Amino acid sequence: MSDTLILHPALILIAGALLLPLLRGTARNVAVLLAPTLALIALWLMPEGRVWEVSWLDYQLAPLAVDKLSRLFSTIFALMAFAGGLYALRQESRLEIPAAFLYAGAAIGVALAGDLVTVFVFWEVMAVGSTLVLWSANTKTAWSASLRYAMVHLAGGVILFAGVTGHLLATGDAAFTRMQPDSVAHWLILIGFLINAGAPPISAWLPDAYPEASWSGTVFLSAFTTKTAVYVLIRGFPGTEILIWIGLFMVFYGIVYALLENDMRRILTYSIVNQVGFMIAGIGIGTEMALNGASAHAFTHIIYKALLLMSAGAVLAATGRRKCSELGGLFHSMPLTTICGIIGALAISSFPLTSGFISKSMISQAAADGHLQTVWLLLAAASAGVFLHAGIKFPWFVFFQKDSGLRPADPPASMRWAMILFAFLCISLGVWPEPLYALLPYAVDYVPYTAAHVLTQLQLLLFSGLAFFVMLDYLKRTPTITLDVDWSWRKAGPAAARGVAAIWRRLSKALSEFLSAKVTSISDLVARHRKPGGLLLRSWPTGNMALWVMVMLLAYLVFYYVGNGNGNA
Amino acid sequence: MSPGKHWLDQPNNIKLLWRGFLLVLALTVVAEFAVRLHPHFEIEGLFGFHALYGFVACALMIVVAKGLGLFLKRPDSFYAEDGRDE
Repeated sequence: MSDTLILHPALILIAGALLLPLLRGTARNVAVLLAPTLALIALWLMPEGRVWEVSWLDYQLAPLAVDKLSRLFSTIFALMAFAGGLYALRQESRLEIPAAFLYAGAAIGVALAGDLVTVFVFWEVMAVGSTLVLWSANTKTAWSASLRYAMVHLAGGVILFAGVTGHLLATGDAAFTRMQPDSVAHWLILIGFLINAGAPPISAWLPDAYPEASWSGTVFLSAFTTKTAVYVLIRGFPGTEILIWIGLFMVFYGIVYALLENDMRRILTYSIVNQVGFMIAGIGIGTEMALNGASAHAFTHIIYKALLLMSAGAVLAATGRRKCSELGGLFHSMPLTTICGIIGALAISSFPLTSGFISKSMISQAAADGHLQTVWLLLAAASAGVFLHAGIKFPWFVFFQKDSGLRPADPPASMRWAMILFAFLCISLGVWPEPLYALLPYAVDYVPYTAAHVLTQLQLLLFSGLAFFVMLDYLKRTPTITLDVDWSWRKAGPAAARGVAAIWRRLSKALSEFLSAKVTSISDLVARHRKPGGLLLRSWPTGNMALWVMVMLLAYLVFYYVGNGNGNA
Repeated sequence: MSPGKHWLDQPNNIKLLWRGFLLVLALTVVAEFAVRLHPHFEIEGLFGFHALYGFVACALMIVVAKGLGLFLKRPDSFYAEDGRDE
């Protein structure tokens, strides 16, 4: 038992996170690359099944349980930790990579958890790790964003905890298996999962917090929280119909807000919500094809979204600017960053020969197989919209459009190689999808490259490209933000609290004035009656006393009969 | 091409790119004569459906976004105004 404990991939990465602050120079750089690699090796040496089981109270826990689905997600999390670590090697903050590895390790911990208690524990560690990643940006905006972020995730954690507790009490079984939203406890678990997925109504935490991290921090943040949520939904709630509609809402919400946005990294974070929406819709459809599609899409999405944010991070690190209205023309001096950004953009748009094409299409195929015409049509419209808001908009406004006159150079080698690695994966998975298909939870009976599929996809995408350039005037960048539900806790909530406080202050002032007048008059009265001749100091006739005693005895008698009567009835 | 100027900065080349793009667009539609589609839904079988759908869907999304922006856009210093949140 003890040797499997040491080889738990999540704990390897977390141990690496704790060791890193002690190391310096080359030793530290090597350790950054070694920790995720060791975790990956440990993961692939692990046999399938409940590898490590412990008893806790009356429950049988399995902190390490491996099957195809958990191995797929753990693999991409470890891969992401590796590439992110490589990209962030030159990050000045010494907190960021250890925090990110704690975060990534916890994500792997969730993916390998065979029971709900372990899921919850790692869920909370993830919240801590990601908040630390935000802190390491060390700016005032990141600090206040991290407080809002932590608040949302702590609330989500409490909801999840309540759900897990209810589930344990009702079933006596801690195992993390498929659930139905048929009880309060299961609804709470579902809501806890969906909060981390960026689902409405509180998706705003994501575009609020992620773009405030450092140039490398956002790359880490984009990968783990939402995709862990996708993983637990695939395992816990496949085929829950409401997820289709939640997913479709997220898809269009992401597109519309990204179209309105000016901050290049906020565009890409709205697009995370959009992409996770595709996966959630797939989980809602719930067939083997759909779940394969959601899993594959999570895998490819982590790679191309990280690639896009790496290219945006390279621009931010070089120019210090993040607004589209202040950027443009960077292809002149950053050719590699431009090319990698474009490859990421093509992959997210599911262009043929990129990774998005072979993953997202499985979800659409599942909708077609299930004869869900409305869902299929909405997914197709959304696919066109992805090209619009992320596929063209991001590279166009950052690297092309007008010439901003900026001529920053491509980033240093560590960042370049991280981008090249992920750009290579975007293309190679698109050209050669079989290795990924072999990792999916169910056997794959799907051929992405048919002439019809390639042609229809090209039509859809290229004509949405035409729409972009034809309507470019409508898309001109303005230095604005767009209100989202976070307005309710950043403006409306505080304003309401201030309003209520003001009313309370006025009320309590009026009340205390009123009361103090009353008290004064009463105490005057008492003082008057305590003087000789006053009510309290004069002698009372005995007859008065006898009368009052009689009244009290009568009252006692009445109460006795009433009480007794009730007791007998 | 004058030295120091990227070929993408030449207006002539941009015009060429546009022509190439329109040609490719036309080709993808014309290719429907050569490629047998396997429509799952009736509507998918219409000629040039994906091209039209892609364009219209995107135009619609841009218009909706623009309309929503009228109500929801604020200057990007909006949250900075209360002073606690730079």
